[in-house]
Amino acid sequence: MLRLQNLKKQYKTGDLALKGVDLEVPDGQIMALIGPSGAGKSTLIRCINRLVEPTGGKVFLNELELSNLGAGALRRARRRMGMIFQEYALVERLSVMENVLSGRLGYVGFWRSYLRKYPQSDVDEAFRLLGRVGLDHMVDKRADELSGGQRQRVGICRALAQDPELLLVDEPTASLDPKTSRQIMRLICELCKERKLSAIINIHDVMLAQMFAERIVGLKLGEIVYDGPPDGLTSDVLTEIYGEEDWEATIRKVDEDENGESEGEADGHLAPILDRDRMAGAT
Amino acid sequence: MIWAGYLTVGMIFVYCWNLVSETTIWMFVWDAHNQAVDLGERMVPPKWDYMSKLWWPIWDTLNIATLGTVLALIMAVPVAFFAARNTTPSTVILRPIALFIIVASRSINSLIWALMLVTILGPGVFAGIIAIGLRSIGFCAKLLYEAIEEIDEQQVEAIRATGASGPQILVYGVVPQILPAFAGISVFRWDINIRESTVLGLVGAGGIGLQLNASITNLAWTQVSLILLVIIATVVLSEWVSAKVRHAII
Repeated sequence: MLRLQNLKKQYKTGDLALKGVDLEVPDGQIMALIGPSGAGKSTLIRCINRLVEPTGGKVFLNELELSNLGAGALRRARRRMGMIFQEYALVERLSVMENVLSGRLGYVGFWRSYLRKYPQSDVDEAFRLLGRVGLDHMVDKRADELSGGQRQRVGICRALAQDPELLLVDEPTASLDPKTSRQIMRLICELCKERKLSAIINIHDVMLAQMFAERIVGLKLGEIVYDGPPDGLTSDVLTEIYGEEDWEATIRKVDEDENGESEGEADGHLAPILDRDRMAGAT
Repeated sequence: MIWAGYLTVGMIFVYCWNLVSETTIWMFVWDAHNQAVDLGERMVPPKWDYMSKLWWPIWDTLNIATLGTVLALIMAVPVAFFAARNTTPSTVILRPIALFIIVASRSINSLIWALMLVTILGPGVFAGIIAIGLRSIGFCAKLLYEAIEEIDEQQVEAIRATGASGPQILVYGVVPQILPAFAGISVFRWDINIRESTVLGLVGAGGIGLQLNASITNLAWTQVSLILLVIIATVVLSEWVSAKVRHAII
């Protein structure tokens, strides 16, 4: 279980990115964090594994307080939190296999990692993960030879190679086309279910959030303004989070979409996007 | 206004011309074309059998350039990491020191380094290697630290998020991103150093410059022309090699 207590972050420029966030994520829950750009979503998940240092408040992973760990203990704690990035953040010039194995860096010593002498069990696990996401034929390709969706799947494998109990996912679909976005979201959620991981997924696509998350938290200007189930996202709530806009089309489309989803995959995808564009043009 | 400007420039030009003309012995200048033709005549044909005495110095020259470059790279890598804003361990102390090393090494010509080192170490190849090495640190470190500052920080962040240690972050997150730049810089500097090491002998720091100097003082112009041809051939060869290598990596 992840628990944030009065988490605050003020940047050196004086911007208050998080204004005391309290949040609990139980084990195995997939939570989507939505909100407009600049609401503090990225800052929030980076404060959890301290890629960004919080300026106030506490973070607990199970009973371990992350916010006051020393460098070594923090590295050990980071192993338990896999992170997936918007632009994949693969090391472009390394092979797919090396990228996945880099998820094990926290577990192996410097020379073993430098000489690429990972334990056989790590290598086996990496092959299994790549097989699971359908990339086992690409292990020796260089990361920059892959397409966006393939790269993100490698990114997922890297995060899972850490053997985490929590996934921090930062805009996983922002650089992907609509169809690939759904496949990636589905994959992340399936893998979380399989491994009983909890996940915090930053996402600005409300429809995708509603489709895949069990719980939605809306962040606005560093404060939580909504915390509830996906179907509780009414027009008023979205207005509260994002500001005044005609939300009816967005909400209605989701319902239709979920029905379409169970029948077949490829067809229903473009329709809501087109609708949304049309809506944006009309308002 | 513009005319005043032209006038000033014109006056400065006349003044400088005057200054140059006073310190020039015009008799020599009027004679220059004859001298050049004369020198040219005395340089041909190159004394081909002198070649047997040039193999060893040219080998020395290549060694000075290559070992000097290797030495420079070994020293430049840490300097570059200290100088790059995103990898330096301390912005207040180490970074300024690293930047100073870079500036100092770049502002002193290798010939001057060689002059000083010949006084310290005595004449010979060793002084040449050190001179080339010291001269090249700045160049290599500067280009390398610029490459380090331009890396994609997201890749580094991702490696950090896995719980990797500092050295592991360096090896996995930073090094793969700067490797092509590093290879390019090395070959480029090696190519420059071949050219620089051909003249080091003029001050006694070994290599083919030594022969060149001796031949000029002996007025053995047919030897001089052969040495110049050898130098040109070496430089052309090194440029060809460096172009090939750079194509292969990038």
